[in-house]
Amino acid sequence: MKRGSREYALWAIGELLIIAFALIPVLWILSLSLKTPETVADQSFIPQDWSLDSYETLFEGGIDDSPFIKPLINSLGIALITTVISITLAAFAAYAIARLDFPGKSLILAGALAIAIFPQISTVGPLFDMWRALGLYDTWPGLIIPYLTFSLPLAIYVLVAFFREIPWDLDQAAQVDGATPFQAFRKVIVPLAAPGVFTAAILVFIFAWNDFLFAISLTSSDASRTVPAALAFFTGESQFTEPTGNIAAAAVIVTVPIIVFVLLFQRRIVSGLTSGAVKG
Amino acid sequence: MSDATAAAGRRVGRASSRTRSERRLGWMLCAPAVIAMLLVTAYPIGYAIALSVQDLDLRFPEEGGFVGLDNYGTVLTSSLWWTDLFNTLFITVIAVSIELVLGMAIALVMYRAIFGRGAIRASVLIPYGIVTVVAAFSWQFAFDPATGFVNNLPLIADDKAWFGDRFSAFAVIILAEVWKTVPFMALLLLAGLTTIDDGLYEAAKVDGANAVQRFVRITLPLMKPAILVALLFRTLDSFRVFDTIFIMTRGAQDTESVSILGYNQLISRLNLGLGSAVSVLIFLSVLIIAFLFIRGLGARTREGRVG
Repeated sequence: MKRGSREYALWAIGELLIIAFALIPVLWILSLSLKTPETVADQSFIPQDWSLDSYETLFEGGIDDSPFIKPLINSLGIALITTVISITLAAFAAYAIARLDFPGKSLILAGALAIAIFPQISTVGPLFDMWRALGLYDTWPGLIIPYLTFSLPLAIYVLVAFFREIPWDLDQAAQVDGATPFQAFRKVIVPLAAPGVFTAAILVFIFAWNDFLFAISLTSSDASRTVPAALAFFTGESQFTEPTGNIAAAAVIVTVPIIVFVLLFQRRIVSGLTSGAVKG
Repeated sequence: MSDATAAAGRRVGRASSRTRSERRLGWMLCAPAVIAMLLVTAYPIGYAIALSVQDLDLRFPEEGGFVGLDNYGTVLTSSLWWTDLFNTLFITVIAVSIELVLGMAIALVMYRAIFGRGAIRASVLIPYGIVTVVAAFSWQFAFDPATGFVNNLPLIADDKAWFGDRFSAFAVIILAEVWKTVPFMALLLLAGLTTIDDGLYEAAKVDGANAVQRFVRITLPLMKPAILVALLFRTLDSFRVFDTIFIMTRGAQDTESVSILGYNQLISRLNLGLGSAVSVLIFLSVLIIAFLFIRGLGARTREGRVG
């Protein structure tokens, strides 16, 4: 029994260490964002003086002068549009791969895998040149298109794994029971497929929300610059003030939605992440 | 012709036309995704190769023309490329090794979790979800000698300038990379761990194997495929390291990675010819790494089948 309780304590300490390791940078950036401008450099982990100044200055000047509002809108718009298109295209492809028999199926999966490990920097130069010629440089579609390409493999793998588990014959059973094909699809198949689609959507959203390389290479202004890129170019209010507090506040704002997603849908995210990778 | 054979013939005819329409439907459903994936990979990589054999500097657009492999010669004979390649491989090897050990430890703890399974899973997912740039800023501020809490910790010199020296800067960069990506590694390993039959451990326990022996003799061999897949993904992902270095040092103190070199040539210096040569070389490096891994993976599975 003694050995059992010691083992118990060791595992419990392990758990606490992992949770602390995962949370330290998050709590630190939150702490920085809540410090007053005078104490932001006081090196203490917990703020001594609290204030929301750093958040207020982010939104000062309204949509035209704030360094943050437009990038936030760009980030949200670009990530949402990417997610909708990517999931739609991936759902078509994943349905075909999971349910239909046709040659070239494994080639598509292998190609998707190749794109998942493709070095994105190798496409930056050509895209920069092409987008300037096509007028896509520094526009929303200019970022949405590469995000689509690089999120599709993830979405396809997750959806194929989910779709393979769905008992598709159920819709025929529903039709035998008198449902129209559309009712069978809407009432039987959609609820079964929804968790997988939703998981894939979260993962694609996180991917687009996170990107930095394309965001700084293919944009040049607030017309399309997303938050990660805007953060890298943040400047202090004057040349003598460091923008530490503002960066921290902006960082907290873009982190909150992700943490909410993660807390609400952790089980699905885990199964989505691993279903794609383990079987691939 | 008897009725029976006619019916059979009709059935075959129907089956094959059904197969054909199923094929057509399959291709039609996949076409949009395939086109979208090729649009920004296959075509640009071809375009990059075309750019890389030209003297194309957007700051001097009047010059130019075909220069053959000159750009590759320039890149491969510059010490910058080799320094950056070393840096990238150094960060990759150290970060992925730490991640493997740490990821395995986290996976074991999560597997055996006694309390708060949900809490630990959620906290592990937070680094995965956070924007890499945000994580890089947080770690950078933490190690900043003026604002950070790290230099206030015991055993650490108050004035240690972490980003003033190449290898201490690497240490912080690697820490940030490990923090951000170890959850992915841990979750992949956890998925592998859950496929192992618990009965095996019980049997080994009965035979007198201790915890270390059980881990080395049962867990590790059975998890080999999961480990190799996780290593492949993380190695190739880490080879692309860009965000963290860009935020922390922008490549100062000789901490530049090959992706930063490519970005500097293409976007900062607008030298599309030279930058594209760097891009193509990075692409080839990734192909080589993937090839080595897949050969290792294939060899291991064959070995496993024989054994």
